[in-house]
Amino acid sequence: MNNQTMQTFGGVRGFLARMGSIDRRWIFLAVALSIGVPILLQLRPPEVPGPMARATFEAIEAIPSGSRVLLSFDYDPASEGELQPMANALVHHCASRGHKLVFMALWPLGKQLADTTIKDVLLEFHPGYVYGTDYAQLGFKTGNEGVIKIMTTAIPQQYPSDAAGTPLASLPLVASIKRLEDFKLIGTISAGYPGAKEWVQYADGANPDAFTLVAGSTGVQVSQLLPYYPKQIEGLLVAVKGAAEYEMLVTSKYPVDHDQSRFEEGRRRMGPQLVAHLLVIALIVLGNISMIAGRGLKGGAR
Amino acid sequence: MSTSKPARTGDYRLLWTSLLVFGLVGLSLNAFGRKAGMANRFVEIESMERIEVADVSTVVAGSSRTAIPEITEWVDPKDPRIAAGAVKPIPGVAPITWQVRSLVSAKDAAATDEARANGDASAPEIVRSPIDSIGVWVAAFLTLGIFSFLYRDNPWYKIAESVLIGVSAAYWMTNAFWSTLVPNLFGKLVPDIVREIAIPKLLPSESPNADFALAVVPLILGFMLIWRLAPRGGWISVWPIAFIIGTTAGLKLVSAVEADLVAQAVATMKPLVVLAQSSESATTAANTINFWGTVGSVVGLIGVMTVLVYFFFSLEHKGAVGKTARVGVWFLMITFGSAFGLTVMGRITLLAQRFEFLFNDWLNIG
Repeated sequence: MNNQTMQTFGGVRGFLARMGSIDRRWIFLAVALSIGVPILLQLRPPEVPGPMARATFEAIEAIPSGSRVLLSFDYDPASEGELQPMANALVHHCASRGHKLVFMALWPLGKQLADTTIKDVLLEFHPGYVYGTDYAQLGFKTGNEGVIKIMTTAIPQQYPSDAAGTPLASLPLVASIKRLEDFKLIGTISAGYPGAKEWVQYADGANPDAFTLVAGSTGVQVSQLLPYYPKQIEGLLVAVKGAAEYEMLVTSKYPVDHDQSRFEEGRRRMGPQLVAHLLVIALIVLGNISMIAGRGLKGGAR
Repeated sequence: MSTSKPARTGDYRLLWTSLLVFGLVGLSLNAFGRKAGMANRFVEIESMERIEVADVSTVVAGSSRTAIPEITEWVDPKDPRIAAGAVKPIPGVAPITWQVRSLVSAKDAAATDEARANGDASAPEIVRSPIDSIGVWVAAFLTLGIFSFLYRDNPWYKIAESVLIGVSAAYWMTNAFWSTLVPNLFGKLVPDIVREIAIPKLLPSESPNADFALAVVPLILGFMLIWRLAPRGGWISVWPIAFIIGTTAGLKLVSAVEADLVAQAVATMKPLVVLAQSSESATTAANTINFWGTVGSVVGLIGVMTVLVYFFFSLEHKGAVGKTARVGVWFLMITFGSAFGLTVMGRITLLAQRFEFLFNDWLNIG
């Protein structure tokens, strides 16, 4: 828009029209404030768990206590802000139910994030868990969907040993597993490819009724996964909003006696979400008003 | 992101410079003026020890490490099997000792300090870790460097960007080498060497000759693939690429048909009128209609059909077909809007996480 021309029009209409050419750095500053201030003020809007978070919670509750559960950490630190809260809650939930946990990763850095979760959540809040008997870490394997494909029929072929090189045969928890059907539930925390979509296509597609599949996903990816819910993915955690709802469900049934903040990360990040989304909506409305106000003015939008 | 020059840059130069100066002054006051300081990192130090043991029947008095051919094991000196007599330390083998440093929060560090001051000898040893504090400063420097692009392109941003790309590329390359090439290729071609220098726990193969023969195939294909870099004979790389494409297509074809076509079509074919589910009585359930469930089914059906019409290009989009396609466009727009909203949510979360890092870990004001 031609600013010199626009400045010749005074009044509200001219002001609104000029808003369309505001320096974008003011918008960046506004976004920064909309996120920074709620963090400092610890703003937390109330959360009401939605059907997808409830379905995830119910899926884990529904399997018998002590069931074997496979958790795949298919993300890296770039998505940690969105996905780590749900990973923490998922591991705590499974352990609170007494399920036996087998960790793996389709992303190279997923193994490290799983290790961190084991240390900070599993062993911190469930110190009775013993490696090899109650949980195992298979680690990362390259091959993307090929890894899942092989695991549907021959897990020992894909993972002859755990992440530390110990043969699976010497770990009681995983010594007898042969294929994915040997797990009651598979959970994937997914940031993209390979991830939840591949678990649906290659694991659930090959064995639709053999196990329950739940997924947690980033906001960017989740629109690709929504068609799979609830038939192919029984429970779906939608970005940080899903994490916040799920955290609420898990901690209300299985509260922890220390370091509660570990399971409040999702809810903590919903305050900035609220304010920033309101700002984005306001900017979209303002942009449209500015465009409409500039119509007909010389140099304005048409 | 666009790098177009913002309008009226000069008008705000004083403002931005003032913000920068105030920021630096505030940072200095925060770093040096507060007792709590900033970018503090604390670590818990745990002393570890392992001793070499072997099955009790294989260890004889006075024997040395080299005199025992059986497989030994390094265990914690408090391992209950030693007390039970199942395993026995090997004489003459020095224990291995080291320290494990685990990051702890400032709150935990303060609580431990207080416990130790009150005479609790069992409280773990927690100390300040300057090297980890430097790490926080570096992370904050790089985070702010990335943010600085929002003002304009600058050398600080370039440094942060280059470090990010360099570290990522190096990590991926190293990881791919050690997690893929070493165990899957070299581990099958020369297992003894790999076991000696890289992976001591590499499992022995049940059929080493077959594994060797199978590993030669990807080795040759790999060489053919990087032949692309040679000045002549670039066509050789076409063959492994064809192999990769063929394998991928074969893998994806079946799964796409099963999971994305058949399963999705089945999921779409559901009763238009949804009956309420009652746990009290099956008769009641059969007589009650779930209103919103029914609305959802009808809207889903309309959405699927109209969007399919929009993508049906064999008929010109005018008349009834055009109007139906127009409805399909609305459904598509709502879908894109939803995807945009979810993307915004994801990006805001990532930004919030970095802000939490800056406020809590770096500035120590959270």
